[in-house]
Amino acid sequence: MAIIKAESVRFHYDTDNEEGAAQSLMVLDNINLDIKTGEFVAVLGHNGSGKSTLAKHFNALLLPTGGQVLIDGKNTSDEHNKYEIRRMVGMVLQNPDNQLVSTIVEEDVAFGPENLGLEPDEIVRRVHDALSTVGMLDYREHAPHKLSGGQKQRVAIAGILAMQPDCLVLDEPTAMLDPQGRKEVLETISRLNRERGMTVVLITHYMDEAANADRVVVMEHGQIIMQGTPREVFSKVDKLRAAGLDVPQPTELCYDLLGQGIPLPEGILTVEECTTALLQILEENNAGN
Amino acid sequence: MLSGITIGQFFPGNSLLHRMDARIKLVLTFAYIAAVFIPRNWAGLAVAVGFLIFTILLSRLPAKLVLKSIKPILPIIIFTSALNIFYVTDGTPLFDWAFIHITTQGLTTAAFIAIRIISLIAGSSLLTYTTSPTTLTDALERLLSPLKAVRLNVHELAMMMTIALRFIPTLIEETDKIMSAQKARGADLESGSLMQRIRALIPILIPLFVSSFRRAYELATAMECRCYRGGEGRTRMKQMHMRAFDIVCIAVVVLMAAGLIVLNFVLPPVI
Repeated sequence: MAIIKAESVRFHYDTDNEEGAAQSLMVLDNINLDIKTGEFVAVLGHNGSGKSTLAKHFNALLLPTGGQVLIDGKNTSDEHNKYEIRRMVGMVLQNPDNQLVSTIVEEDVAFGPENLGLEPDEIVRRVHDALSTVGMLDYREHAPHKLSGGQKQRVAIAGILAMQPDCLVLDEPTAMLDPQGRKEVLETISRLNRERGMTVVLITHYMDEAANADRVVVMEHGQIIMQGTPREVFSKVDKLRAAGLDVPQPTELCYDLLGQGIPLPEGILTVEECTTALLQILEENNAGN
Repeated sequence: MLSGITIGQFFPGNSLLHRMDARIKLVLTFAYIAAVFIPRNWAGLAVAVGFLIFTILLSRLPAKLVLKSIKPILPIIIFTSALNIFYVTDGTPLFDWAFIHITTQGLTTAAFIAIRIISLIAGSSLLTYTTSPTTLTDALERLLSPLKAVRLNVHELAMMMTIALRFIPTLIEETDKIMSAQKARGADLESGSLMQRIRALIPILIPLFVSSFRRAYELATAMECRCYRGGEGRTRMKQMHMRAFDIVCIAVVVLMAAGLIVLNFVLPPVI
């Protein structure tokens, strides 16, 4: 069952060029994408590839100028569906500072459910659940500006979870965080996917973040140029480099060694896999001598 | 350097005053400020001050904190007292030289006014000390909700206040960063004439403005993502309940005000 279904989605901005003539800037060009319930999809792309624009189509922040986006069968272009779609597809943005509304963590998490018009008891329950899910329950009475970046972003995720969405869309949630914060946020996201079966769409330009996904979608110039399992996608190092993307370091090392004639398997993702493969080759060589 | 700035200081606690219904606390604070201006004799003033001391004890906050709140307005107190000393010329003269006439009446009035100002400042800071800014805004929203009838959007007003409070520390931090960045490029912010220093602030204010607009835009997007659609159909997590203690408080303040009025009739006025 596809929770998010994009059917030949096109999106363009109308702008004026330097001579003042109207021109349209194509940002999304014929995107077809199905995201299944419970799936963890990473959308990769260079700056300006249209990945954030695509994400904003998933919760009706932007409406397609051609084609359609269906969320659980509901068309995003239908005004009546707008708030139901925004509840179903929770979106976490890049800058944690600019998405927290209140001066107290628990009141901020309550903001979403309050907008949904829930009963106070139900809000209290949801805030408690959401904060304990992201491991921030001990900070519920703290002021957001005193938290670290990773903690703030986890609070932002809790704020979305409290609306009980069916799907979580994260638009470069780690871009402004330090390594520790990135780790915290990524662990939270993959735990939500594993343990709660939450559908996750992670927009990122960090390759290593995409390695944990079920499926990787690579975008360039508003089009999907590749998709598949991380292993499939990362084995096509040339194509990724052409799209302005880096591959994870172990993959890159193995690819270059392969180019030098060393017989390594394709699509190595982690440091462990890489060392095992290299050790095996060294042992074979030693045995051969 | 700006991290020392705090607005609407709140000291969390669990005293009776902290747990009071914020709406009642807000109304009673205003009532108290008005009541401070009722007494026209020392007995009445003593009752008003006594009430204040009682509430400070009730808040279980150190008295030093309350005294600290008076410090910034000390010049105003001294100024008003001085004015009264020199301008009130009734009563027995104590000191007479050229145009300076100091009388007993002048001194009494000065002392009276000073005590009034101190009580009203201490009383209102007690409100912000024992109530979190969000609760206070929330209380204000609920108290002003009858104004919806005259098409005043109370919810939006309260939302703006909440967001402003939320972003004060963030913007202060940002200003600090921009200042350091400009200093690192050789900007001189600490010397020169007043005009030069004001001009030196421009390269700090412009980036701050630009980034505030960017923040506002992003915050609006984030609020939309969280299904915000104004005050309509919105509920609140924290409910405000009037409890027996709040009613007792109302009664005490009303009785005090009535007592002050009675005292005005019974005792001769001193000012």
